[in-house]
Amino acid sequence: MAAPYYDPADLRKFGKITEWSEELGEKFFDYYGKVFEEGALSAREKSLIALAVAHVVKCPYCIDAYTKDGLQRGITKEEMMEAVHAGAAIESGATLVHGVQMMNKYNKLSM
Amino acid sequence: MATKSLKARADELAQANKQLDILNGGIFEEGELPYFKDKIAEIGHFPLRPRKLEILQINVGYMCNQVCEHCHVDAGPDRKEIMIRDTMELCLEVIRNTGAHTLDLTGGAPEMNPDFRWFVEESAKAGIKDFIVRSNLTIIRANKKYHDLPEFFKKHNVHVVSSMPHYTRGKTDKQRGDGVFDKSIQALKDLNAVGYGKPDSPLRLDLVYNPSGAYLPGDQAALERDFKAALLQDFGIEFHSLFAITNLPIARFLDYLIASENYEDYMTALVDAYNPAAVSQVMCTNTLSVSWDGWLYDCDFNQMLGLKVASKVKHIKDYNEDLLQDRNIIISQHCYGCTAGAGSSCQGTVA
Repeated sequence: MAAPYYDPADLRKFGKITEWSEELGEKFFDYYGKVFEEGALSAREKSLIALAVAHVVKCPYCIDAYTKDGLQRGITKEEMMEAVHAGAAIESGATLVHGVQMMNKYNKLSM
Repeated sequence: MATKSLKARADELAQANKQLDILNGGIFEEGELPYFKDKIAEIGHFPLRPRKLEILQINVGYMCNQVCEHCHVDAGPDRKEIMIRDTMELCLEVIRNTGAHTLDLTGGAPEMNPDFRWFVEESAKAGIKDFIVRSNLTIIRANKKYHDLPEFFKKHNVHVVSSMPHYTRGKTDKQRGDGVFDKSIQALKDLNAVGYGKPDSPLRLDLVYNPSGAYLPGDQAALERDFKAALLQDFGIEFHSLFAITNLPIARFLDYLIASENYEDYMTALVDAYNPAAVSQVMCTNTLSVSWDGWLYDCDFNQMLGLKVASKVKHIKDYNEDLLQDRNIIISQHCYGCTAGAGSSCQGTVA
């Protein structure tokens, strides 16, 4: 069998992307680090947002990373699951709101 | 959750040399992760040497009313190693003459030592500046004979440092056992009631947080904010500072890491989080640890690994501070636990 596409150990190598494009890699990690600092939102709130988005974009690395980050910050499993639901609700809402487009088209084409 | 110590289960990890084999072998021996020695050599800190002695930490016995999953002491009700009064007398002689400003009593549950109160009374007379007792809180509620401990601590101006892994019941009980959360809350209320932990009170009450699993503690200041807000809002409890302590891969925590297949990831996380700035501040550089039977160690962790100080003086009966200060500190891979992130010590972060 071929190697899996996702290897949990690859998360630790994330920083290596800078090796093939130093300037862009460094700019990205500077930006990334800055985003998650305390600001108008707390770092804790941003960690929960990141966890929700990680699920929506279905990134297994990000899910591992932000579950661990949440644990380190003392975030409870109830808070984490609610964040996942918030992401899931927006994602399913985004699908369902297209139902209006379907309804519009249906109505336009129907006598 | 286990109800017996590794020692009582005759688990091979109860043997210090087995633990050291694991810490020195595996991913370190294979070169996947660097040895701690090599990391600190890079910044000129090998061999690690003591700074000024500030803290004398005395472990008065491994007996405890709890069997916490993460315990590096492998403490529990079945542990019989208890400091006897003769050894306490030797300690008192040292306490009266030491240059250290802090006396730190730990265990087990130190209060379970039958001579605990006598030792506290005698130690308090020595007039040491900061006199810490590490209490697991539940002991105060465990039995009627301990209910007056808050008053006793107050009388001797003891600085109480208590473990509290989380401000929610679920996480606390999972790590420390069923019912621990409710008992701890009640004990904190008892301490508050006699004046401990109040904003301007000289009766210091600090909490120790350590993660309930295979991850490192987050930012100490942010955790302290969350703990303070939650404990005040939910229970009306106040305390002074929160110390975030990293779990070191020793005894039951090592056993947990291996059984849950988290050992390699955890060690990698510790090595990745290595902070050179924390090295010169690690607690073994300003602490001496004394075991229940009077042997001397660089820290409580080395005590559990059976690594006695590398000095001519190895026992409290031969105590000589000048000779002891002129020693190399013994290290192994567990030391990465004290240099990860903002660093970790019995007094919380160091860098």
